[in-house]
Amino acid sequence: MSAAVQFDHVSRHFGGVKAVDDVSLTIAEGEFFAMLGPSGSGKTTCLRLISGFEKPTTGVVRIFGEDMGAVPPNQRQVNTVFQDYALFPHMNVRDNVGYGLMVRGVDRRTRLAEAERLLALVHLDGFGDRKPAQLSGGQRQRVALARALINKPRVLLLDEPLGALDLKLREAMQDELKKLQRELGITFVFVTHDQGEALSMADRVAVFSQGKIAQVGSATEIYARPATRFVADFVGSSNILAPDLARTFGVAGALASLRPEALRIIPAEGARITGRVTGARYLGAGTRVTIAVNEYLGKEEAEIAVLVPAAGKVPGIGAVVGLDWDADAVHPMEAA
Amino acid sequence: MSDLRAALPGRGIWDRLTALFWRRPGVLVAVLIAAPLAWLGIVYVGSLVALLIQSFYSINEFSGVVVKEFTLKTYAELLRPANADVIVRTVTMAASVTLASAVLAFPIAYYAARFARGRWKAAFYLGIMLPLWSSYLVKVYAWKLILSKEGIISWAANGIGAGGVLDALLALPGIGGNSLSTSYIGTFLVFVYVWLPYMILPMQASLERVPQSMLEASAALGAGGLRALWSVILPLALPGVIAGSIFTFSLTLGDYIIPQIIGNSANFIGMAVYHLQGTAGNIPLAAAFAVVPILIMLVYLGIARKLGAFDAL
Amino acid sequence: MRSDTRAPLILRLLAIGGLLFLHLPILLIFLYAFTTEDRSYQFPPPGLTTRWFAVAWNRPDIWPPLWLSLKVAFMATGLAIVLGTLAAAAAAMARARFFGRDAISLLVVLPIALPGIITGMSLRSAFAIMEVPFSTWTIVLGHATFCIVIVYNNAEARLRRLSGPLPEASADLGANGFQTFRHVILPNLGSALLAGGMLAFALSFDEVIVTTFTAGQQATLPIWMLGELVRPRQRPVTNVVAMEVFAATLLPILAAYYLTRGGDDTAGGGK
Repeated sequence: MSAAVQFDHVSRHFGGVKAVDDVSLTIAEGEFFAMLGPSGSGKTTCLRLISGFEKPTTGVVRIFGEDMGAVPPNQRQVNTVFQDYALFPHMNVRDNVGYGLMVRGVDRRTRLAEAERLLALVHLDGFGDRKPAQLSGGQRQRVALARALINKPRVLLLDEPLGALDLKLREAMQDELKKLQRELGITFVFVTHDQGEALSMADRVAVFSQGKIAQVGSATEIYARPATRFVADFVGSSNILAPDLARTFGVAGALASLRPEALRIIPAEGARITGRVTGARYLGAGTRVTIAVNEYLGKEEAEIAVLVPAAGKVPGIGAVVGLDWDADAVHPMEAA
Repeated sequence: MSDLRAALPGRGIWDRLTALFWRRPGVLVAVLIAAPLAWLGIVYVGSLVALLIQSFYSINEFSGVVVKEFTLKTYAELLRPANADVIVRTVTMAASVTLASAVLAFPIAYYAARFARGRWKAAFYLGIMLPLWSSYLVKVYAWKLILSKEGIISWAANGIGAGGVLDALLALPGIGGNSLSTSYIGTFLVFVYVWLPYMILPMQASLERVPQSMLEASAALGAGGLRALWSVILPLALPGVIAGSIFTFSLTLGDYIIPQIIGNSANFIGMAVYHLQGTAGNIPLAAAFAVVPILIMLVYLGIARKLGAFDAL
Repeated sequence: MRSDTRAPLILRLLAIGGLLFLHLPILLIFLYAFTTEDRSYQFPPPGLTTRWFAVAWNRPDIWPPLWLSLKVAFMATGLAIVLGTLAAAAAAMARARFFGRDAISLLVVLPIALPGIITGMSLRSAFAIMEVPFSTWTIVLGHATFCIVIVYNNAEARLRRLSGPLPEASADLGANGFQTFRHVILPNLGSALLAGGMLAFALSFDEVIVTTFTAGQQATLPIWMLGELVRPRQRPVTNVVAMEVFAATLLPILAAYYLTRGGDDTAGGGK
């Protein structure tokens, strides 16, 4: 597989603010790649560096090996689904979708037929004559998608495309986007601040923090083995074990992460670690039980979260229980 | 089908320009601003400079020819009693017009900002905007009809038996006259009428920014209607009043049509400028006279800025 | 909708009274256009007639000023639309990036912020120094200068809303700068430009103060009217012309209002 997008020591500064700070990154062709991070972490700026709406202060952005330093956005084989869709309000849906072909001089008949084909692809057949203002949020999102696909981009950029949709619609669109990406086989680069969305859709995820990439890896890697404390905090519900507590769990001299589902509640007698149950939250697929272990360890305050599967027994608040875990689920990580 | 390159080649001059502007956005801004900047810079600022230059020239009193040599003689002429009178009279008029406009504008602005909703809001907006934009000369002309000796005011005054009051008013020394249209009162009325919308709009804008809660708080503290008005609303409306007064003051300072058509033919700065550059052919003195309102407005703007009036513009 | 609190009676009376004060004098013009009295401004008119419209129509001295005013207004509006739009586009592009944004705004506003007599006298001084003879162009020069700000205000507010995602989406789809302007910016800017142009037209058509300094011996319609006001000849004809000038400025203003109403950039706030 060749590299679709490559960042080579790219920085983008706005005045004194380092929005993107020395990022190097390779996105493979045909990959579904997510850029995940809180707002202001630099993920959107990275997306705009690919589309060409930002220029690197230093470093090189390459698309399919070509240096994009002198290529304006309209000459890049890259298209974007914008955050608020940015549909042209004065054009109907069909003209919106056909716009990319029109500006490339494709004749009217061909481009309207192609627009209809793409509208069918996103299940909006028959909506061609409407104005964007007459559509629901989810429909606009599909129009934006069809419009971005009509030029057959080699890389499709999606800037928080599902952010404005309600939960149910968002989940349906996640599946649909994933399916579409498999069918079309083109590279998707997806920006989101929603870790669930990133992990469920992407082949690989880059987690951004303060203009830098904190970790790149597959969803499972990011989730199960967060490289830094920031990633563990941001991505999941992992337990973060301070070095002294980590030692108790079997990792020496470092911070460690431990997923709640890798822990099991056992009777207190004979357990390696015991604690008192301080809370339980029902999540549907299971119950998240928090257990205070500090008083038994004589350490600073520490709580461990355990995910008890739906079939399991949930102890009452205040009960004293023991903990057991899979040794290979405890992962050391950097403090940053 | 998409070719294997990541970048499409540019086609034609527009693509090449687009690429240039993308690489150097400053070039695009410079291209866009060049023509308007040249126009305003050369035509307008250049003219202002020409005005300044003219005001430092003088006129040969015997031949009437402009002497193109730098001198302060022309400015000294402004201080002659007759000319100084003109300046004092104009500034006094501008100040009274501004005060009267502020008083008249307040209820309209306050009502429009606080009580008018929906359809009424639009009606008020148009109701203020239309007189503001409609023909200046026609408005002045309408007042000539109204104020004339046989016009509607005399008719109405006599009709309700107040003809004596009107006569007494016109008999007042200094501001009275033969009829309303040839008196100071008439000039003053028309100035107030013509510039009133310029006072209402900024006042309304600043009143609209006063949070409702602040008014309610003052009511809760026991401030009665008038006291709330005096101690809470007026101070908050002040930036708008000052912004509006910039318009009414400056427009009155520079106007020469209204005192020419309605009034007792006493001279105002605008009229002096107009006659000096026209019939009298004394462009240097006309220019020096025109610099006076600029200076007065600069002082006025300086004070207004200190009082925070520009937030309401 | 009703406000939660009702205005005190006295405030309502004063506000309505103020609006009437602003409008009644203008209505009077319409009445006077039909009066049978031709030597004074007698009220109430002794009788009503429409014959002054025919008299005004047949007066040869009205037509040349009317044509000149229309010509000047069209040329000044055209220039103002081009220059005002360019300045607004530059201001919208520059955003925070350039120091000059405030300077541009100030320069554009100055010709209308200073009293007309200063603009007029400045141009008069410049023409005198450079020995430029008066012509239609000297009038247009002055009018375009103070009309730029009207177009600028209308266009700038709209362009500010249009900047950002829409032009980016257009470029993203392959459009060059010209195509983006033609297909995305212009269709959305059009009504604002039209509104600005109408207001500029009304302002120019009606302008008298600057014009008296830049016209020399030429007469525009307002200058003709001014002459009639100072030395009346046939008062009812002036009444008729006044009514027509009023209508000629009112219609573009109303049109501009309806073109832009409901937005944050409703036309007219900028005079």
